[in-house]
Amino acid sequence: MENILGLVALACGLIVGLGAIGASIGIALMGGKFLEASARQPELMNDLQTKMFILAGLIDAAFLIGVAIALLFAFANPFVLR
Amino acid sequence: MSAENAGTTAPTAGEYIQHHLHHLQKDFSFQNATQHSIVDFSLFNLDSLIYSVVLGALGCFFLWRAASRATSGVPGRFQAAVEILSEMVESQAKGVIHNATSRKLVSPLALTVFVWIFLMNAMDMLPVDAIPAIWHGVGPALGHNDFMRVVPTADLSTTLGLSTSVLLVCLVYNVKIKGLGGWLHELVAAPFGDKWFLYPVNFLMQMIEFTAKTVSHGMRLFGNMFAGELVFMLIALMGGVWAWQFNPLTGGFWLGFGHVVAGTVWSIFHILVITLQAFIFMMLTLIYVGQAHDSH
Repeated sequence: MENILGLVALACGLIVGLGAIGASIGIALMGGKFLEASARQPELMNDLQTKMFILAGLIDAAFLIGVAIALLFAFANPFVLR
Repeated sequence: MSAENAGTTAPTAGEYIQHHLHHLQKDFSFQNATQHSIVDFSLFNLDSLIYSVVLGALGCFFLWRAASRATSGVPGRFQAAVEILSEMVESQAKGVIHNATSRKLVSPLALTVFVWIFLMNAMDMLPVDAIPAIWHGVGPALGHNDFMRVVPTADLSTTLGLSTSVLLVCLVYNVKIKGLGGWLHELVAAPFGDKWFLYPVNFLMQMIEFTAKTVSHGMRLFGNMFAGELVFMLIALMGGVWAWQFNPLTGGFWLGFGHVVAGTVWSIFHILVITLQAFIFMMLTLIYVGQAHDSH
């Protein structure tokens, strides 16, 4: 029982942490490229901005789904028999 | 879990969260029901249904009012806002769907999807305990279960229902644009080429593509809203623990401070998330319908 609780706690940390690393790298790469591109061609800025926001949402989504699952494990743990 | 020693009747943190993650469920003879497996078609979530239908009607009503009172003179603030919104959707649709006849249906569809999902997501902005607390006083007295969730898009049934409807629209447009024969031919010939020995692989790839598109479309919205709602519950829990203590000025005093700060920060961030997710759902709807117009 305690064993399971500890492992689930570790798993929650890993889910949130690794997800955050991935999402941060993704957002950083995309934001940097967006700034570069709009510095080179400022007339494309509005077009690119819309697309950047869409992609930001797509990148964020995977991370936030992970956070939701981790929080669910933390509070309504399905692996512990009640 | 410091909430355990809060008082004799106070629930623990885990119980609080679990109680708030329960839907008001009814079976088809309108009796109280509880879900036992992950997929259960013998019951429905009454709360999600009511909120989504009411919000959909509300959104349609406001858009209709703006349209029926529109003047060609100086527009009022509300009319200007609706005009900006519909022009934004129309310009996005023009970029993705290059067929003017389809746009007559798909642009209003995208506008409706955007407004509806935005309104449903915006239920997250209400205090997380407000409506459940009212229901706590009213519901059990009327013989219903004491469960209430106010964000319809934080319910997987709603979001997968929406994405399945988008899939149906895509299928209809596939048949309409390419003809039934043309579409069936594309199903077996599309990604790898029109060779008879490639037909099973192509068909499998097409099925995977349709399934992945639909499931990820719904799961993305659900995951974001569910995570947002859960974080709001945790923030409410912080304030609750602070207020339930014997003496709020000692012990977990900083919990009350954290409640206000975290609540403010997360609400402001969540305004971005709810708008962005509604926008992404709309854009993906347009893109998927646009894909139905491409022939390979």
